[in-house]
Amino acid sequence: MSPVTIVLIVVFGLVVLWLIGAYNRLVRLRNQYKNAWAQIDVQLKRRWDLIPNLVETVKGYTKHEAETLQKVTEARNIAQRAAGQGVAKQAEAESMLSGALSRLMVVVEAYPELKANQNYLALQEELTSTENKIGFSRQFYNDTVMRFNTKIQMFPTNIVAGVFNFKQAEFFELKDEAAREAPKVQF
Amino acid sequence: MWEAIARNRRKSFVLISVMGAFMIGAGMLIAEAIWPGAYMAGGVVAIVLWAILSLTSFYGGDTVFLASAGARKIQKNDHPTLYNIVEEMCIAAGISKMPKIYIIDDNRPNAFAVGRDPEHASVAVTAGLLNRLNRDEVQGVVAHELAHIRNRDTLYVMVAAIMVGVIALMADVFLRYAWLTGGRHRSRRGKGGNQAQAVLLIIAILFAILGPIAVQLLYFALSRRREYLADACGALFTRYPEGLASALQKISANPGLKEKKNRVMSPMYIVNPLQTAAFAAGGLGSTHPPTKDRIRILRSMAGASLADYEAAFARSTNQSVVPKSALETSRAVGIRPPWRDEKHKKPEPDARQKARQTADLLWKLNKYVFIACACGTRLKLPPSFKLSKVTCPRCGRVHDVPRGAQAKA
Repeated sequence: MSPVTIVLIVVFGLVVLWLIGAYNRLVRLRNQYKNAWAQIDVQLKRRWDLIPNLVETVKGYTKHEAETLQKVTEARNIAQRAAGQGVAKQAEAESMLSGALSRLMVVVEAYPELKANQNYLALQEELTSTENKIGFSRQFYNDTVMRFNTKIQMFPTNIVAGVFNFKQAEFFELKDEAAREAPKVQF
Repeated sequence: MWEAIARNRRKSFVLISVMGAFMIGAGMLIAEAIWPGAYMAGGVVAIVLWAILSLTSFYGGDTVFLASAGARKIQKNDHPTLYNIVEEMCIAAGISKMPKIYIIDDNRPNAFAVGRDPEHASVAVTAGLLNRLNRDEVQGVVAHELAHIRNRDTLYVMVAAIMVGVIALMADVFLRYAWLTGGRHRSRRGKGGNQAQAVLLIIAILFAILGPIAVQLLYFALSRRREYLADACGALFTRYPEGLASALQKISANPGLKEKKNRVMSPMYIVNPLQTAAFAAGGLGSTHPPTKDRIRILRSMAGASLADYEAAFARSTNQSVVPKSALETSRAVGIRPPWRDEKHKKPEPDARQKARQTADLLWKLNKYVFIACACGTRLKLPPSFKLSKVTCPRCGRVHDVPRGAQAKA
């Protein structure tokens, strides 16, 4: 075999190796963001499960807040139904649920016996933690999506991505209620 | 951050190999110096010791350290807030398996993490940390520790710590042995053999003296960058650098531990427990960067991403610390509001409740028996309490002491 042939074979072999490596990298990144999405689902589901318990506990102590509680339950049911309908719809439904919950928290401020109840405090801690976990899993998901999308767009991996049909992933943005309210000016 | 992870793995591997080479060399030299011709045996003994050492430090190192620090393992029910905080940070850090959580019975705030990889990791915090820090601050500390675990710092520091400890031990043993027996063996040989032996002995002694020093220096120089990187990752995970900054401030006011100062293990803590306010850390012989610098960098961050930390670090020290690959894929991330803000009014237990919760937990872990009396008092009996009945000091009711029962909190 002539030296040229050998060199060509070696180069070809290296290219194939690189292709395999690039494909595997993309698969790994894609699985990462899919796993991260599943993690968000776990936390969202945990929140749905906590809400009926919370509503019952609050109902026992408050007489005039039936409307707020009703809104929370409705928002939760809507969010549950939105589960299969795509990232954007789900994000919107979950934002509304977060809003309803924080309005409930504001209302609860007026009931000191409720705030001292052990059961309520434990639930409160679970709920806060779940809200935090939703936030963190969402941010982790967005980070993995960022890594995946960057890798797909960068040369030379974008060739492999095109050939094997890796699609860009969507970010999951929850609108923060607090961010939308106007800042208060105090003199 | 794969560069940092790969680097730690590589360095651990290199350290173990270098350690192996050093031990084999030292073993051969020492054996030759004492019994000429026995260098092979010395080499073999050294290899066996090295294998045992590497395996023990790799698989058992964290258990040893946790036990020596007096750490007690807790479950979710024991302290749901701490468990939730660790769980939140695991999600933020992308660690799929929860590390084991431990509490140390010490009133001074501090924390550390051990573990060879995220699947076999442990996080320990002191009771003082739980009592004095609010939720954001504990979250920052836990995030910093999980960053160490994820970046495999804990693997490298564990390997290095055990190596340092063992080299020091070997050097000590050898020096003592050589001192005691060198004279006797030398007198048995002829004149010619004497000089060669003396030279070998001197080289062996040099190894024994310089080895520990070199490894210590290596150990110190490499720890500081890791602390900065862990701070950066911690700020990124929590999206709230101020939490970690104020936690560091509270901890550095009084980080020491009441147990014997353990020099080898001190780098593992979030703030070096051997450093007092008077003796500023940050010199050549220090394993942690100066806490003031760490706080200042965290507080001057414009956002919460790694790029923001890098910018703040460069402003403060004109150097770079975050690896390039991590900067490339870092997106702009804003700082979130603190957990306890007036608008959302999430309740935090006050200091007394927290102290009571931690104290109860520690009693329970030490197998105290809890009895709830109908008058509202909770009786807490030490394990050495042998009587079968106890009277409530407040109302006089008599209770049966459950025999061998687990504590009912």
